[in-house]
Amino acid sequence: MKEPVKIDKDLIKVHGLTDEEYEKIKEVLGREPNFTELGIFSVMWSEHCSYKSSKPVLRKFPTQGDNILVRAGEENAGAADIGDGFAAVFKMESHNHPSAIEPFQGAATGAGGIIRDIFTMGARPIALMDSLRFGCLSDARSRYLLKGVVGGVAFYGNCIGIPTVGGETFFDKTYQGNPLVNVLCLGIVKKDKIVKAQAKGEGNTIFYVGSSTGRDGLGGASFASRELTDESHEDRPAVQICDPFMEKLLLEATLELIESAVVVGMQDMGAAGLTSSTVETASRGNSGIEIDISLVPRREEGMIPYEVMLSESQERMLVIVKKGKEEEAKKIFEKWDLHAAPIGRVTSGNSFLVKDGGKIAAEIPVKALTTDAPVYLREKTKPEYLDGVRNLDLSDVPLPEDLNSIFLKMLSSPNIVSKSWVFEQYDHMVGTNTILLPGADAAVVRMKGTKKALALSCDGNGRYCYLDPYEGGKIAVAEAARNVVCVGAKPLAITNCLNFGTPTDPEIFWQFSRCVEGMAEACKELKTPVTGGNVSFYNENPQGAVDPTPVVGMLGLIEDIDYLCTPWFKKEGDLVCLLGEGEKSLGGSEYLYHVHNLKKGQPPKLNLHLEKALQKTCLEAIKKGLINSAHDVSDGGLAITLAECCILNEENLMGADINLKESEREDVILFGEAESQIIISCSSSNLNKLKKIVRENKVTLKVLGRVGGEKLTIKKEEKPLISQSIQELYTTWKNSLSSYFEM
Amino acid sequence: MRFGVIMFPGSNCDYDCWWAIKEVTGEEVDFIWHKEENITGFDCIVLPGGFSYGDYLRTGAIARFSPIMKKVKEFAERGGLVVGICNGFQILLEAGFLPGAMRKNKHLLFICKYIHLRVENPHTAFTNLCKKGQILRIPIAHFEGNYYATPDTLSTLQKKSQIIFRYCNKEGEITDEVNPNGSLDAIAGVCNERGNILGMMPHPERSCESILGSEDGKLIWKSIVTSLKRIKK
Repeated sequence: MKEPVKIDKDLIKVHGLTDEEYEKIKEVLGREPNFTELGIFSVMWSEHCSYKSSKPVLRKFPTQGDNILVRAGEENAGAADIGDGFAAVFKMESHNHPSAIEPFQGAATGAGGIIRDIFTMGARPIALMDSLRFGCLSDARSRYLLKGVVGGVAFYGNCIGIPTVGGETFFDKTYQGNPLVNVLCLGIVKKDKIVKAQAKGEGNTIFYVGSSTGRDGLGGASFASRELTDESHEDRPAVQICDPFMEKLLLEATLELIESAVVVGMQDMGAAGLTSSTVETASRGNSGIEIDISLVPRREEGMIPYEVMLSESQERMLVIVKKGKEEEAKKIFEKWDLHAAPIGRVTSGNSFLVKDGGKIAAEIPVKALTTDAPVYLREKTKPEYLDGVRNLDLSDVPLPEDLNSIFLKMLSSPNIVSKSWVFEQYDHMVGTNTILLPGADAAVVRMKGTKKALALSCDGNGRYCYLDPYEGGKIAVAEAARNVVCVGAKPLAITNCLNFGTPTDPEIFWQFSRCVEGMAEACKELKTPVTGGNVSFYNENPQGAVDPTPVVGMLGLIEDIDYLCTPWFKKEGDLVCLLGEGEKSLGGSEYLYHVHNLKKGQPPKLNLHLEKALQKTCLEAIKKGLINSAHDVSDGGLAITLAECCILNEENLMGADINLKESEREDVILFGEAESQIIISCSSSNLNKLKKIVRENKVTLKVLGRVGGEKLTIKKEEKPLISQSIQELYTTWKNSLSSYFEM
Repeated sequence: MRFGVIMFPGSNCDYDCWWAIKEVTGEEVDFIWHKEENITGFDCIVLPGGFSYGDYLRTGAIARFSPIMKKVKEFAERGGLVVGICNGFQILLEAGFLPGAMRKNKHLLFICKYIHLRVENPHTAFTNLCKKGQILRIPIAHFEGNYYATPDTLSTLQKKSQIIFRYCNKEGEITDEVNPNGSLDAIAGVCNERGNILGMMPHPERSCESILGSEDGKLIWKSIVTSLKRIKK
């Protein structure tokens, strides 16, 4: 690349800066910026780094709680107290755009980036989870993206040795061409060993560690901050290439370094690479920082300062080492065969000074790039489409005659089927902590040396949010909490990925605001504060924006792993009961979409008081050992939930005989979706004790039938609606996803 | 008994082996750094799973040149017990400690799941607590576990009872359907002619506690301890 002679209007526009923003840059500097400075401002003020549109809305999230050790926004990830002197550090991040054009590398580098955010805080990563969304599976491009994304997450997680313990995979034509790839990482650290991402103490040394710098990923943060178009594949150079082996070395060296107490702070060079890591650490430490980029290890010839500062080459870190401890730090890097170069120092004052040998390449006040970056109060308008799509007249939905075949059709929907084709590509057991294998309501990893375990669940329903962003936002949080409750964990806190369209579109911004408000409401009521996350705007393809899709990553704590609960039926003769009562709706349901090709209606309403009481009841019942299984009623309604209870444990399939006393239409009874409901099974001798807890918490309990036999039979007032052999249910459910990939 | 678990850069089942040996089996265990010059004082050396040196080329292809492998060779030549699990098995093949080679799985996908194994030879230092034909439930997790050997080698392996484990179903039957990776003759683990080096793709360290879904892996560690005690007597 050559330095342009002059900064003109076109160049400013290419950098995604508005005229007003350029004027502000001149004001801050008191002069015209040079090319390098223009690049630095452009990435630091990009939506991706600055959250300039989302910041005012995100303030609605509750971020405080008794067990919150690091609050949202303070560091690269949040941290929650889990007792015994330990903290759980966790965060979710999106890599949607890179994955849309280069699925394997896009997803792999997404996993790599979030893992670095966790271990740079001093925590050992113990689990990954992914929340993936693609267009229809019948489309070859969607299958290519799915295969590439799953392969990428697998490649990275498997190699570095962090188990991918669960997640969700969802298909809907709204994500055609713009898949959502959100990855969550969880780590554990001793509370007193949490490392801050700050540069403090005049004279402390700035180390550059890891891979050398190339032109890959140039301007990735800006790339992520615009819509995908038909020409986006030309942005392929903006996708980085991963090296999980290098990251494994970085991980081990970093944790060893922290043990040796020579570190002041550290940060991953993620989006906006060297620029954001130096600027943000200085900003948090209220310091200045000075680096000489002629000392930065490079893998390509003739790179100009602009390229060095904006490169997003992967597997690089910034480590601030105590003055006088440089040799000690170097020894640890050398042990792990890592290249580490001192490239600068912390200074007093507030200047971000970039030298290139003897020359000054950039000089900008630190805070102008961080806390003083522009923030916008975007316009919002209620979308016009809403009134039309919310109206669902059931008389327009024909009631199927053969419910048995519809049942099988539902069970083979890509959104319902077993996701074993996905999670068997992930090493989900390395670390020997995974005590609940993927496929249950939540993933569970134990903490060796204690009786405790951590539960994780990822949830979000774009269809609900499309039809009702506020309820959809509430439901995302409540369902994630209910899922960790079903395995016996107390919900502690959330991280999130907010995937939306273009924020300057007032209708999109309305969706975004309403979703956040709904989520915030649920977080307050359920006492699960937000510890951090990420916002991904500009999720649009040439056909328009994706459905608003907030994804919640919920962390739960199990105090005693002897009381771990699983979703499948276990004993012949056990009672099958429905805990909780929510109003059933076909609005936004999988049934309506998959069988009738409709995305309409009012999604189920969620009453947060009832939800809270339900979760309390379920947890009490599990802790007292009264129930043998618990499974959240969600996508596909009661019939699909019951089927899952029968077939989730491949080693021991179990039938059930169910009789429902409901008066609604048969398809509503079977496939209508509702909130605040859990299917449990228990021995009849525990029923009275269970009823007592249910009464105390003012929730409802209905006995639906019994576990047993080789069939799942569902009757309405003794009239059979569905009767299927569990072996057939299992085979349909198990093989449907892989059948799309068989040649 | 004192076990040594080798840490190559990129090993990632090293701690899992350590935990299974120390906390579950109750034996002494230490890590051996790949740059270590001296590995005396060990009774059994474990080459753990993972992606040694990233395995970007071919699994185990770089690790075989690691200086520590010379020491492992000397150790094995003295009759010491060596176990390679997953990537450890791949390294033993690349280094020529065991016959055969690995290809990518037949479906060309990484695969991680519980499978069933049939013990073909219970008269080894690694399986002496198992019965012939005993079925073990142990997980696999690999991309390159599709074992191959020439017809001559295979027939030698069969004749000399060097095939230790084969993939099977719950009932112990060996069918193409339950062969997860396409391995020749459904081979999951082999040993050398002398019987002191074992390579296996399944992970016994992942199945030593009921909370993880199976305790069958313990049989392997305990068999090793039993045979070491016999030797020491």
